Parts: sequence; structure tokens; C-alpha cells
Amino acid sequence: MKMITGYLPMDQGDVLIGGQSVKTGALKKQIGYLPENNPLYLDMPVMDYLAFCAAIQGVSQSAIANRVLDMVQVCGLGAEKHKRIRELSKGYRQRVGLAQAMIHDPAVLILDEPTTGLDPNQIVEIRELIRKLGQEKTVILSTHILPEVEATCDRILIINKGKIVADGAPSTLRKQAQGRQVLQIRLEDAGVEDARQALANLPGVSAVEISNPAELRFDVQSHPEYLSNREIFELCVQRHWILAEMIPLETKLEDVFRDLTVN
Amino acid sequence: MKPAWIIAKRELNAYFDSLIAYFIIVLFLAFSGFFTWLAGNGDIFFRKQADLNVFFGVAKWTLFFFIPALTMRQLAEEKKTGTIELLLTKAVTDRQVIIGKFLSCFLMVAITLALTLPYYITITYLGKVDHGAIWSGYLGLLLLSAAYISIGLFASSITSNQIVAFLLALSIGIFFQFLFEVIAGGMTGFIGELFSTLSLSMHFESISRGVIDTKDLIYFLSIVVLGLYLSEISISKR
Repeated sequence: MKMITGYLPMDQGDVLIGGQSVKTGALKKQIGYLPENNPLYLDMPVMDYLAFCAAIQGVSQSAIANRVLDMVQVCGLGAEKHKRIRELSKGYRQRVGLAQAMIHDPAVLILDEPTTGLDPNQIVEIRELIRKLGQEKTVILSTHILPEVEATCDRILIINKGKIVADGAPSTLRKQAQGRQVLQIRLEDAGVEDARQALANLPGVSAVEISNPAELRFDVQSHPEYLSNREIFELCVQRHWILAEMIPLETKLEDVFRDLTVN
Repeated sequence: MKPAWIIAKRELNAYFDSLIAYFIIVLFLAFSGFFTWLAGNGDIFFRKQADLNVFFGVAKWTLFFFIPALTMRQLAEEKKTGTIELLLTKAVTDRQVIIGKFLSCFLMVAITLALTLPYYITITYLGKVDHGAIWSGYLGLLLLSAAYISIGLFASSITSNQIVAFLLALSIGIFFQFLFEVIAGGMTGFIGELFSTLSLSMHFESISRGVIDTKDLIYFLSIVVLGLYLSEISISKR
């Protein structure tokens, strides 16, 4: 990311955006960047800071005031716009960071861990903002919070030790790693061993594990590409067992991540 | 060069916003005012001559100490807080950043020096003044400041600690301020001449006497260019 923005020089290779190399520096105006710890000039008032960022990014003198007001509105900084950045809470500083990244209306936004250190409400707000921006612009964001990825991203790259180990939409990635269905079920009015046998004999089921014999809980794994909800239900009806719970266990992105990065 | 100017304006505003500017101006005027007008033996009334040489001599030393105080935060603080990353990823080159920072300090010093112009006016009432010598004295102070600012910026560019930047700027500066002159005094022949040429004080004195020599101008400009160039190299290593 730091290489795309031109902060770190490259030892080898190149980064192309729209066929143009970032090495020339000519693309800097097309990129908006929010660095990891969101460093800002704390002594400056929000409006002055945004005006400075706009001017230095080549926004024309006459357009600066409008752009600043736009950004203040988009990022919800209205009440804080005359305060010094030092006086703002972390969430508002993050918004100022986003505002300065977008002030020159760049085609590409690069956000390095945009929601670290925010409280849950702020996280939701910032995510919504990013989602909204993503409809018009290319947003590249890095994060270690995987639910955030699911909530905001259309395409995921997982990088392990400098190598891309996964690339795709969240749902595709999940499917790749999932393969087979796992159901967690709880029965009533059945014998433990009897139920295990009966479940294991179902044609769609590949394995049954007793996870809690006292409560009659089982983990049922189906054969690949096969769903066994129906069979389990019909079995229960037939044997007059009560099917108290049936929870499909989803493979979470966390599991995908762990599978891919731990060898 | 427009981005450099935008950065210079921001830095200058930052000086005036944070009271550093007023503090420096007041202290500078207090020091140079006291030693020029009030110090008794050696002050301007004892010279029996209407010139500002006393002031130029005092200002040479006050600027020597104050300029590192101005330059120390420029790059060191940006490195410490990480704002340098944000600044350099904007549509600016490393060189424009350095030039902008240089300009802001230079303007700050120029404003401070402009506030001593009443001394000049006072002097013209006291006797017959060599106007050329006074203007070239001011030119000398500006050139000297430019040289120390570029040294200060270089010091600030190689560390992220402001105190270190301050002390480093002073210790590099002290060579130009008088150590080279001292060394030159103890040597003869080529080496003696070399050190005497390197001494900033020598060049400053020749200008403040009213002699504007291309050699002196080239000397000051080469320190400025070298200092800024080294700072640029130093911030491009990250």
C-alpha cells in the first residue's frame, strides 16, 4: 500500500493503475490515502487542515471552499468543523482522515486499517461510509478484522508472508473452504447410541459425532455437495424423536483465513 | 513550485498559531535591543558613528541560537508523529517539501528582522548614515539565516527527536560560526586559507561592512543548496 501511494520506493517490479506506473508520481493526485495510525496535524482546525490538503492536492483555489464543505458534510463533521483536530475524539479524527483522503475526489482510495480504535457505533458508521464510497470509487482497504471484510468488501485477497493465498468474493472463498455441510442437532426422547447409529446410517451423512451425550447433541457431517436436513427430519418423525435444534454451522471467514495461512 | 509555497504558508501559520513565532520575535528583539541600545559599554552610543554594526554583531549570535529552535521541529516532528507519510503521499515531491519548509523558516526570520527596521530609522536621526552598508548588513543577516536554516533542516531531517535536531544544528553551526575561524587562525598556508574560506563569520563580516562580493554570495548559496540537498536525500531514505 505504501508503495502504491509512493511513500516507499520499490526494489523491484512496478504498480500500474489504469496502465500508468505510480513511479512517476503523476498518479498521486488520483490516489487518496489514509495511513494506518491516521497521523494529522493536531494543531490545525479541521477546516484549515482540509483546505490545506485540498490546495496541496491541486484543487483549484475557487473550488477549495466547496470541496471542504462537501467533505465536512459527507463525513459528518458538521459540529466539529471549527475545532482543532487535537480536541476531537478518535472517531472524529478518523473521519477527518477519510475526509482529507477524499478531498481531491480521487479515483482510488487506499485505507490502511480504517476502523482500528473506534467504538462499535463509530465502526458501523465508518463502514457505511466506506460502502457508500465504494459504489463510485475503487477502495482498497487492509484490515485484520474479518467480519469487517465481509461487511464491506466485494473482493478479498488474503496475503500470507508476501504471497497471495486467496483471491475472490467473500461467498466464493467461503464455499471453497466449506465443501461439506455440518449440522449441529439436539434431540429429545431418544437413546444416545441408538440415535447415533440411526443418523450414521442415513445415506447423506458421512460422520456423526456425539458432542454432548447428556443433552443429546450431535454434530452431523454430510457427504460433499449433499444436504441432509430433510433426511434427519424425516428420521426423527419416523422414530417419534423431538428435533429440538438444528443449526447449520457456517464456515466463517476466520476459518478460511486460518486454513489458508497456518501450515 | 506551488506546492512548496502552500507548505510554506501552512508552516508559517503553524508558527503564528502556536505562539512560537511571537515568543521568538519577542526574545530576539529583547536580546538584540538590549545589547544594541542599553548594554552600556560597547553599545551603539559608544561607537560615535551612526551605523548598525553593533546590532549586526549581536544578531549574528541571536540568530545562531534561534534558528535551530525554529528548524528543529520541521521534519523531526513530522517523522515522530508520522504526518510525514501523509505529506509525502500527497501530490508533492520530496524537494518541494524541503523547499516549502525552508521558505517558511526564512520568511519567519525575515519578518523578525523587518521588525528591527525602527533601529535603522532611529540611527538616521542620530547622524549621517551609510545607507548602503546598512542594507548590505541586512542582506548579510538574511544570507546567514538562510545558511543556518538549511543546516537546521538537515539536522531535523536525520532524526525524529527535536532536541537532538536542535543540538545537532548548533554543533554543525558552531563550526561555521567560529571554529573554522579559530582553526584558520592557528594555521598558515593553504590549510589556513581553506578554513578561513569555510568560516561563515568571515563572509558575513565582509558583507556587513558593505562589500557585496560574488564570492560571499556563492559561499552562502552553496551552503544553502548543499544543506537542502542533503535534507532531501535524508527524507527520501525511508
